[in-house]
Amino acid sequence: MPSEQWTHPEPGEGPAAIAAQPSPEQVIAGLRATSEGGAELTQLLTPEGQRIPSEQFDSYVADVDDEVLRNLYRDMVLVRRADREANAMQRQGQLGIWVPLLGQEAAQIGSGRALGPRDMAFPSYREHGVAYARGVDLRDLLGIFRCTDHSGWDYQAHRFHPYTIVIGNQVLNAAGYAMGQKFEGKVGDDDGEATICYFGDGATSQGDVHEGFVWGAVYDAPLVFFCQNNQWAISEPTERQSRLPLYQRARGYGFPGIRVDGNDVLACLAVTRWALEQCRHGNGPVLIEAFTYRMDAHTTTDDPTRYRLSDELEEWKLKDPIERVRAYLARGGGADHDFFDGVQAEADEFAAQLREHTFNMPEPPPDRIFANVYAEPSPVLDAQREEYLSYLDGFATAGEH
Amino acid sequence: MMDLQKLTIGKALNLGLRRAMEEDPKVLMMGEDIGKLGGVFRITDGLQKDFGEQRVLDTPLAESGIIGTAVGLAVRGFRPVCEIQFEGFIFPGFDQISSQLAKLHYRTQGRVKMPVVIRVPFGGGIGAVEHHSESPESLFSHIAGLKVVSISNAADAYWGIQEAIRSDDPILFFEPKKLYHSGALKMEIDTETSPGRVFGSRVVREGTTATVVSYGPSVKVALDAATAAEEEGKSLEVIDLRTLSPLDLGPVFESVRKTGRLIAVSEAPLESSLTSEIAARVQQECFYSLESPVLRVAGFDTPYPPAKLEEHYLPDLDRVLHAVDRSLSW
Repeated sequence: MPSEQWTHPEPGEGPAAIAAQPSPEQVIAGLRATSEGGAELTQLLTPEGQRIPSEQFDSYVADVDDEVLRNLYRDMVLVRRADREANAMQRQGQLGIWVPLLGQEAAQIGSGRALGPRDMAFPSYREHGVAYARGVDLRDLLGIFRCTDHSGWDYQAHRFHPYTIVIGNQVLNAAGYAMGQKFEGKVGDDDGEATICYFGDGATSQGDVHEGFVWGAVYDAPLVFFCQNNQWAISEPTERQSRLPLYQRARGYGFPGIRVDGNDVLACLAVTRWALEQCRHGNGPVLIEAFTYRMDAHTTTDDPTRYRLSDELEEWKLKDPIERVRAYLARGGGADHDFFDGVQAEADEFAAQLREHTFNMPEPPPDRIFANVYAEPSPVLDAQREEYLSYLDGFATAGEH
Repeated sequence: MMDLQKLTIGKALNLGLRRAMEEDPKVLMMGEDIGKLGGVFRITDGLQKDFGEQRVLDTPLAESGIIGTAVGLAVRGFRPVCEIQFEGFIFPGFDQISSQLAKLHYRTQGRVKMPVVIRVPFGGGIGAVEHHSESPESLFSHIAGLKVVSISNAADAYWGIQEAIRSDDPILFFEPKKLYHSGALKMEIDTETSPGRVFGSRVVREGTTATVVSYGPSVKVALDAATAAEEEGKSLEVIDLRTLSPLDLGPVFESVRKTGRLIAVSEAPLESSLTSEIAARVQQECFYSLESPVLRVAGFDTPYPPAKLEEHYLPDLDRVLHAVDRSLSW
């Protein structure tokens, strides 16, 4: 299992060993260095578009020929274009808020495309790319941000749970779902089911994530913990969440942890397929840390220029998840200008449809406030609804006179 | 076929849980120490032995974990029944209860059902240390999407727990721990013939002088007060709310229109509590029927005191009778 020993002087090693320990400042600097990917980063495609062979993971992407890679490229371009359109619509006042995914396309498409039809995904609130990969119509998803609905898709049909906004809650919900898969005997062979749960580096500080790790491990749940380490939890950097690389936390819970280049769609696909295979066969959870970067703000209410340096952004631009696939395809003859232009045109059309749909999204009727609070009828709510609708009717009647 | 059994509340709950598990293989029990030990109050005694470790889960010690995974199991189609050891320990799970359990059905326009029951032993009078004697039910009654119920007798315990488990809504099921094993409260229950719907307010003793409304452990106090008042020639009508949220106040309004007086009794602190809500709604609906203001007998607006003081804190028969006298003297 890929892992790096976190070296630390053992107690009783003597004054020399203690003196050799880094100062707190050096620890912070070291964490920064540790967080820069490191030798343990699984990568199959470099930022320059060079394919790196991998003894462990090549077999998991043996089917990925140029056509499959073109599709992954197309997925990422469409999702990025949709993201940019939504971001613009928020700026124009058409959406209440937007949560940008810019820069995280490879982590989401790579992992999302690794899932089988029976697997279940529990997202946080930035997983628009995973939603797309699960077949959710992004127009349904935009209702959340237009504030017409809290969740507009059929979670059962798409096997994609509603967005969870409270940080880390969904990790426990996913653990419970995966326990259910185990209890139903749906694990043990290639046909097994698994659950994947998405959360960010900031969420790893939440108690629910810790408890999710405990439950997943104790019950050998078929659960892939997919942490998108995008380096920033709003304004708090990853080193404010952890003193060691996040993937190494898995060791403390007794299941494998692995760090993958989150900007490498091929590596994300391979590593997630491997992790899902582990789960399907009943080996319990796996933690994947997708090492990536949030290129835009946390949400459209955020101002990242207050807390991070532009140098950092510029450095990550060179690791763009889409450009490296484009370079690989172009260099190897896997795609030509017509293909790239065609995908861009398709993405523009996709964005135009989103825009049109958003503008035409009907406002829900007032009585929706009262709908589905309970599965069973509630006389108290029925009375409140009738009273309020009657009150509204009073205005209509007044207008007629 | 009639099958009469004389049961305590605790035993009635145990049999009710057992029956729910027999009838539906998707029903699971989850909680700390509920398997081999049978729970700290032994309410799940013997269930793991008969249904196995996969249906009666001795969970890790974390309430958010218990409730958060129950939410996921419900999404998968299970019907989890969680036990919280003592009500004072429920707060680590408050986030999952309020953010996920109560809201998923609404958030998804009814696509996600949340048939989860959280059993909460509550209330004082057991001489315990801090965090073991509280009455936090009002806090949960304020959360839309949750149903909050309580029981006060063995028949409601037996049939009520089964009704709660069958419900597609998330239910906080408050159990009066002080009364679990009271031999004096043993009831003869027909465990085969369903009485129909359990929850909703119920008049448990008819009367004409004043109405006393209560729930959970305080129902016994109200009934004892009614017996004592009878000797003084006062006829108290006692109502057991049973459903705390959404409140079913129809029978209370009806009773107040008859008696003209209402005393609401609860162990919970007074301010912003269920008794506050009852007082507000009754004055709104029964204003012209009231002969005196609605009075409340409750815990004080303090943390639950050291147990050596709890006899002063908990509403007792004398405090209820004093309130009745005040109401009548208006």
